[in-house]
Amino acid sequence: MGARARRGWRKVINGVNFSAFIVVLFVGLPLYWLIISSFKTPSALGDSPPQYWPNPWSGANYSQAFNQYDFGSYFINSVIVTLCATALVLIFGTMAGYALGRLPMRGKFTLMVALLIISLFPEIAVIAPLYTLLKDLGWLNSYQGLIIPYTAFNLPFAIWILRNYMLGIPQEMEETARVDGAGPLRTVWSIIIPMALPGLFTAGIFCFTACWTEFLMALTFNINLKTIPVGVATFGTALEVPYGTIFAASVVAVVPIGVLVFIFRKNIISGLTSGAVKG
Amino acid sequence: MATVSMDKVNKVYENGFHAVKDMDMEVADGEFMVLVGPSGCGKTTTLRMVAGLEDITSGTLRIGGKVVNDGTPRERDIAMVFQNYALYPHMTVAENIGFALKLRHLPKDQIRAKVTEAAKILDLTEWLDRKPGQLSGGQRQRVAMGRAIVREPSVFLMDEPLSNLDAKLRVQMRAEVQRIQRRINVATIYVTHDQIEAMTMGDRVIVMRDGTLQQVDTPQTLYDRPDNIFVAAFIGSPAMNLYDAVLGEDARSIKLGSQQVDLPDTVAIKRPALRSYIGQDVVVGMRPEHLRAAPPDYTGPTLVGNVELVESLGSELVVHFTIDANRVLAEGAVDKDEAAAVKDGEGVARVEARTPVKPGDKLPFAVDIKDMQFFDTQTDLAIRTCPEE
Repeated sequence: MGARARRGWRKVINGVNFSAFIVVLFVGLPLYWLIISSFKTPSALGDSPPQYWPNPWSGANYSQAFNQYDFGSYFINSVIVTLCATALVLIFGTMAGYALGRLPMRGKFTLMVALLIISLFPEIAVIAPLYTLLKDLGWLNSYQGLIIPYTAFNLPFAIWILRNYMLGIPQEMEETARVDGAGPLRTVWSIIIPMALPGLFTAGIFCFTACWTEFLMALTFNINLKTIPVGVATFGTALEVPYGTIFAASVVAVVPIGVLVFIFRKNIISGLTSGAVKG
Repeated sequence: MATVSMDKVNKVYENGFHAVKDMDMEVADGEFMVLVGPSGCGKTTTLRMVAGLEDITSGTLRIGGKVVNDGTPRERDIAMVFQNYALYPHMTVAENIGFALKLRHLPKDQIRAKVTEAAKILDLTEWLDRKPGQLSGGQRQRVAMGRAIVREPSVFLMDEPLSNLDAKLRVQMRAEVQRIQRRINVATIYVTHDQIEAMTMGDRVIVMRDGTLQQVDTPQTLYDRPDNIFVAAFIGSPAMNLYDAVLGEDARSIKLGSQQVDLPDTVAIKRPALRSYIGQDVVVGMRPEHLRAAPPDYTGPTLVGNVELVESLGSELVVHFTIDANRVLAEGAVDKDEAAAVKDGEGVARVEARTPVKPGDKLPFAVDIKDMQFFDTQTDLAIRTCPEE
């Protein structure tokens, strides 16, 4: 490759870097604004020109969120609902993904298409019948009233991801395990699941995020057992919207997702790209 | 420690494909048996039936004298090495080798001792804590072997274990696999499509084609006395020269195209069955090394070929020539592209290095009559009297 061609490539790479920078700026600026605003005093929020750096730093918004409003219990509700739903999705998703990806079965294709269609259903279309159903069961304002619908709504996508992941595991892996003397359950537990871990991470993070940020069902079914999105939305009164407190609560809400994605970033990327390059 | 025997074993898939037909096989304890044949001949299916990974449609499979048709792989006490090794990527080398022992609930220190010993045999000691992804092809192959030998199985199965290695490593591992097999001394069935592997490794070799057994014997016997045209063409590299020919009067000559090659009377004496073919078409087979460049004073039977190409291997010359007889290509013994590249009447001879020969020459070959093979054109079978001849 000549020097001129190399320079040409460098230009392209710099171009890519520049666009990536713009994208990061586009996504990052609101986040930056959210975080610094949560540390401003209520009076500083309306300053013009705005403060780009809080002066002075204040924790008042955070203490208000946790003390004046019941943000702590919203947080716990969210954690319970999200973790349970994610766990259920991963358990059922693994089983279904294994069956659809690796076992000889009739009607696999139809099932997969049906799952895809279900996952594209708009939530709002089913919310009224779900409401009456949960009401009859006496499950309004209960954890299971959210956990079960969340599980149902997130399963199709998880099954798709996991099924594709399981498809990529060579048949010989299972056969070797059989020859080694492992039964079917042992094979799935010791061989298939560890090999499908990146898929599980990916499905898990997507499901976690979806449940963590879900608003419509949480508002409709559980107004007395609020999760974070509903809780934050109902901060304040008709006369006053406490922006600082909302910002503080939002920062706390974003942290778990940020931490999870940061820890599992490699697994998520390999999970999303598997099948694309893996033979 | 056990024998393996198959009695009229068949495999018919659900779609009706008859993959293995009436397979009979006896593998003695400690014997290294190689199953060889072109791809799709049913050799891997046969192996998988022994392993218990494929159901047996009909027939009887015995391991150690016990019928195991319906036994799980675990009950059959077999170990298998797969073509792509199938190492567990999330486990270290030590965990890979010890997995089967762990499943049998052996005490931990015992597992460690066995794994260490296997690693020593296979020269893997310093890699025990690595994951398979960090190993080279040859090392992975050895881990796969280690996983099999650590269990001390009664039967050792290998499905083309060397085909993923590069040519040089393959030659090295060939010797290593043999060394390990001798050491653990259990009945071994080894599947390959590479006839050189089959010839160099097997105590005995089974040649298969289209799901049927063609011949089972020692490598040398397969080479010297193939039972049919397929085995003759498949075993040996370069392949045997097979031509349509007509047997002359009194079985004292053979007509190859326009040339006549005289046969001594010992040919017919050794093969009384040839007499019934006098005046009829037969297929004649000559190994490349049985055609030598005839010295000027040579008076024995000769065959004159038009030299097309000369390849020097240093130790000898491989001479590609044509004669005006019809070259017989056994279907399936060579792959289609290779078959298409063979010219009409093309043959190969291996002559001494430094023989003065160049393309375009007419070279007289001295024909080694005593090693000539004769086959029936209808049945493809070798024309002999008794099998041990």
